[in-house]
Amino acid sequence: MSYIEEMACKVNEIMEKKSIKVLSIETSCDETSCAVVENGRNVLSNIISSQVDFHRKFGGVVPEVASRKHVELIDYVVDDALSEAGVGFEDIDAVAVTHGPGLVGALLVGVSHAKALAFALKLPLVGVHHIEGHICANYIEHKTLEPPYITLVASGGHSHLVHVKGYGKYEILGRTRDDAAGEAFDKVARALDLGYPGGPLVEALAREGDPRAIDFPRTYLEDGSLDFSFSGLKTAVLNYLNTCLQKGESVNRADVAASFQQAVLDVLVDKTVAAARKTGQRVVTLAGGVASNGRLREELRQRCTAAGYEFMYPSGILCTDNAAMIGCAGYYRLITGTISPLSLNAAASMEMDSY
Amino acid sequence: MKVLAIDTSSIVASAAVLDGDKLAAEYILNHRKTHSEHLLPIIEEILESCGTDISEIDIIAVASGPGSFTGLRIGAATAKGLAHALGIPVVGVPTLDGLAFNLPYCDGIICPIMDARRNQVYTALYRWEQDGLCRIKDHSALSIEELLTELKAMSGKVIFLGDGVPVHREYIKEILGDRALFAPPNADRQRASSLAELAIRSFRRGLMTKYNEFTPFYLRKSQAEREYEKKQGAQE
Ligand SMILES: [Zn+2]
Repeated sequence: MSYIEEMACKVNEIMEKKSIKVLSIETSCDETSCAVVENGRNVLSNIISSQVDFHRKFGGVVPEVASRKHVELIDYVVDDALSEAGVGFEDIDAVAVTHGPGLVGALLVGVSHAKALAFALKLPLVGVHHIEGHICANYIEHKTLEPPYITLVASGGHSHLVHVKGYGKYEILGRTRDDAAGEAFDKVARALDLGYPGGPLVEALAREGDPRAIDFPRTYLEDGSLDFSFSGLKTAVLNYLNTCLQKGESVNRADVAASFQQAVLDVLVDKTVAAARKTGQRVVTLAGGVASNGRLREELRQRCTAAGYEFMYPSGILCTDNAAMIGCAGYYRLITGTISPLSLNAAASMEMDSY
Repeated sequence: MKVLAIDTSSIVASAAVLDGDKLAAEYILNHRKTHSEHLLPIIEEILESCGTDISEIDIIAVASGPGSFTGLRIGAATAKGLAHALGIPVVGVPTLDGLAFNLPYCDGIICPIMDARRNQVYTALYRWEQDGLCRIKDHSALSIEELLTELKAMSGKVIFLGDGVPVHREYIKEILGDRALFAPPNADRQRASSLAELAIRSFRRGLMTKYNEFTPFYLRKSQAEREYEKKQGAQE
């Protein structure tokens, strides 16, 4: 019997079990992460080895450096995840891994490693879409959350508005047409000489500034569109800084940070609320790295409360790239029998398919 | 002792099972670089074909480098995952050692060259002494001109192999003339069976790593690091 035939049988056995433990791996960017998650929502361990210190001197993530670090770190991270969960390989029921989107060289390390583990341990393999992972972070944080709901996924790599109709049932309502929200934060942080990573640094500086000081553009695109565009805003910030420089005027960097941030948040919040209204959903969740932004959380909460929607977001650690969210997403795929073959590949960009 | 060897350091994907002194199975795919998709299915297929369960494997051998950065990592991450799951050691075999070992007991200098782009080759020089392969020039990345200048100063036949050959064959002939020989297709690219045998020899000498300690030998830093160092150097 081939591996995939054997695993198809095994999944049926696994589904009978009271405790299903998924070992999950995430290496799509610069975090090497491994987790053990029980029954989708009970995180037994979630080890995240951030490489941010290695990339800071380059002012951003260097794909080749990230990929090399993943190879060095991956087995240590897997061992830490097992020992913190107090389990061994023999207790694991399936292996889940992010296979895209992300930096392809980085993804390949996790995918190759996960496939080798799954094959040698004779466990089913589940490939997980990175954004699906971010969405699932809310299931870990909020044990009672069930689909359907609307979610805004905003991070350095993506800005998506998704209608989650069921477990694994997604409709993308809107996405960025150019820069992701987090990408805009990183670029503006660089222009303000704040360093890397940009999001938290811009947010911190913005706290000292006036969000109405400079009227940066808000791009809403066509009427009714739930897509995003942040490159015009980024350019407007760069132009503003340039003009000040040429005129020899001093720049209030805190005002720039605050006004820029407000322009991003206004669009994100408006479109998220519009998505809920359009679909008739009454639950709104936030996910992804930008979900750590305190002001975004606060404004979205206020708007959701005013509209009578329930609003949820994950705690900080679950907003960053982490393997627990992949383990959660992998669990829901697994229990519908959606497993991956040993030919599973990594892809820099890929659609989030429903299953 | 059963060795599973894998090599994805170049366009070739290869895997082999060596059972003591019997080569039980080998797979060599020299087609397109789709290692991520093909490597595990190839491993599954050769194990199945020679009736070996993965749990019977004692050592994982892998091409440690130099080579394609991504290719080396696919091999390394796969080798480490297998070794981790099975609780067995990883033996990294230098890619160029593996290539040279394709040509046992020949006279002359063996010169594997791998296309390293940026107008360079990854190379090393070897000579057979009794039954052992001796590396007489260490792994390096250099231009074909530099390499041939060095070889011109030496005497005897030089046997070239590797994916750098089709790129530089004419120039090599021009410089070395009759002294240059080229390995035939059955021996001129990466073969996992060569890695497997070298891995057993290394293992007997105690040369192995734990799954978590193994990392590829890239020979070159990343471009970003090189540029960063250049910038730092210029500032000093
Ligand atoms: Zn992410």
